Amino acid sequence: MSRVKQKRLALNSNYAVAYAVRDVDVDVVAAYPITPQTTIMEKISEMIANGELDAELIHVESEHSALSAVVGASAAGARVFTATSSQGLELMHEILHIASGMRLPIVMAVPTRALSAPISIWNDYSDLMNTRDASWITFIASTAQEVYDSIVQAYMVAEDSRVLLPVMVAYDGFLMSHTYEPVEVPEDPGPIREITPRRDRITLDPDNPVTMGTITDPRWYYEIKYQQVKAMENAREVIEETSETLYRVLGRRYPPVEAYKTEDAEIAVLAYGGLFGTVQDAVDSMRSKGLNVGAIRLRQWRPFPVEELTHLLHNLDAIIVIDRAISYGASIQGPVALEVYPVASRMGLHVYSFIAGIGQRHVLERDIESMVSKALGYLDQGVTPLRSIYWGVRGGE
Amino acid sequence: MTVRLNLVRSVKDLPREELFMPGHGLCAGCTASTIVRHLLKIAGRNTIVVNATGCVEVSTTMYPYTAWKVPWIHVAFENAAAVASGVEAALKALKRKGIIDPSKQINIIVLAGDGGTYDIGFQALSGMLERGHKIMYVLYDNEAYMNTGIQRSGSTPMHAWTTTTPLGKVLRGKPQAKKPIGEIVAAHRIPYVASTTVAHFTDMDNKFIKGLATDGPSFIHVLQPCTAGWKFDPRLGIKLARLATQTAMWINWEIENGVFNVTVRVPKRKHVRHYLKLQGRFKGLTDEEIEEIQRLVDMEVERVNKIVGREVIGPLEE
Repeated sequence: MSRVKQKRLALNSNYAVAYAVRDVDVDVVAAYPITPQTTIMEKISEMIANGELDAELIHVESEHSALSAVVGASAAGARVFTATSSQGLELMHEILHIASGMRLPIVMAVPTRALSAPISIWNDYSDLMNTRDASWITFIASTAQEVYDSIVQAYMVAEDSRVLLPVMVAYDGFLMSHTYEPVEVPEDPGPIREITPRRDRITLDPDNPVTMGTITDPRWYYEIKYQQVKAMENAREVIEETSETLYRVLGRRYPPVEAYKTEDAEIAVLAYGGLFGTVQDAVDSMRSKGLNVGAIRLRQWRPFPVEELTHLLHNLDAIIVIDRAISYGASIQGPVALEVYPVASRMGLHVYSFIAGIGQRHVLERDIESMVSKALGYLDQGVTPLRSIYWGVRGGE
Repeated sequence: MTVRLNLVRSVKDLPREELFMPGHGLCAGCTASTIVRHLLKIAGRNTIVVNATGCVEVSTTMYPYTAWKVPWIHVAFENAAAVASGVEAALKALKRKGIIDPSKQINIIVLAGDGGTYDIGFQALSGMLERGHKIMYVLYDNEAYMNTGIQRSGSTPMHAWTTTTPLGKVLRGKPQAKKPIGEIVAAHRIPYVASTTVAHFTDMDNKFIKGLATDGPSFIHVLQPCTAGWKFDPRLGIKLARLATQTAMWINWEIENGVFNVTVRVPKRKHVRHYLKLQGRFKGLTDEEIEEIQRLVDMEVERVNKIVGREVIGPLEE
């Protein structure tokens, strides 16, 4: 095991992104300011101005152009980066699908934020969840350290010829984007460069002219989209391989779903992003009171880790899924709960969908404990509510 | 910059090599293909084309075929200028890092129609101009959304029929005048802005040459008569573009480093009805409506002559 020498810095998740962008030697960055993403771009601007990062920074006039510009730059062969939140991600939406359809290895950071209206600059995952079907590989990180590591891994996965899909690295806006944590960063970017080598792919090269972004009629469109399906499936093994490489070099790895004290648990709480820390603390506290509770963290949102989750759910009777986004009018209104349901119900588990943290409404340890006792009450009675439970909302049922 | 440019004197000066290949699906009599053919002959192989959604894009790249012998990319309707900005930034960074040959000069050209420029692509265009990317933006202007079936755009001239501005009892074609896109672009103070038509080959070709030699953004606005949308006999496309200039419905001009110049002078201009009567889109206009169009042209001629400081566009011939 040859782990590299690392130094410990105090970084918030936005700065962790910028350090990773620097360490993988990105060529082109395009972005437009939006809270809470802005400090990523400020830090990158600083790094470029100081000569720490040799990249072209395009100060575009919108997020739509930010993603469009990195699509162009990536097609021309550059390693690219962008970042946004909330309304910015919505404005990019059209190009999200084109970026993946054109199979461009773009990496984007998304410190998540609630959506207008009413306007809210605070956190939830409504923005990210709207990108569900855009064919982007999506990681949701839970610590600033994981944010740094995930950005590095994102390039390793995106640029692999078996994949060639864009990757999003999401995390809690404000709660993580602006919270300082200890982060280990290699003293020298050399080892990071070694595990993110530049690979040949088809680009806009006058010596080998290609036509990109053609019009496609019903004879071809379906097969081209099916290749995307395969690429997303291939990403599973590439993520696994690259996780091992990262572990070898940095000594850290992140499974697609992470279990915490689930071995002997009867019920587990599934959460994502920074909330997982709170859930772990709540589990510890409940265990000290004799409850058989565990926790599960979803890290890999796309491709959804069906097999890994199946494995973790094995000995559980029930699972609580805490969603920080609402799928209005859906059968289960928590977007992640909706994905967990077919996996868990097939195994005979009760699934309790809780909506919480909307627009950054506090979710504290005691909330988690109350959710668990509410769910255990349902479990005792053998009932499962048909709809999501809106935790802590005034005027709720 | 005092580079001596190799301007062309006639089409005989153009290279024989074709980089825009036959077999595409543009209409018989479409003048857009003439523009693209000339453009690529001028630009040569070391060129990357970024094409906005539109007639040229859909008609030349029906998968798995392509008409393009240079690298070409289409992303969406409104973002060609942003995509090209990314391409330019990529080449800069990759040359600086030695990943591609730093001595290699690669032209970056945006090709977009009027919808993708005047309307939906305007914001991205303005951003590209303000940031000063070295990109030549070529607007082929057929004065409506022809690709979706002739809907009105910001470029459609007054009283022109389109499917969304019908000639009715109350509303008489498009009520508004054409947006002066060239001057709006010029207001960004970029080094080179020009307007031309597909009928004036050397004027158009030399403007492409100057645009590509510009150290920064350049913008070439080409009038492109559309047989399907303007409703004229397919053989009349070039004649109509010439008539547009002869009637001063269109003025071929350029602004080079801030200096305005009319490149195709018209000593005596024809009445606009000579231009209008060959086109179905102006059919059914009253004499009064035709005179209203004539008055708009007269005002524009007066304005342009004033800027130049002498009469470069002459009076109406008897």
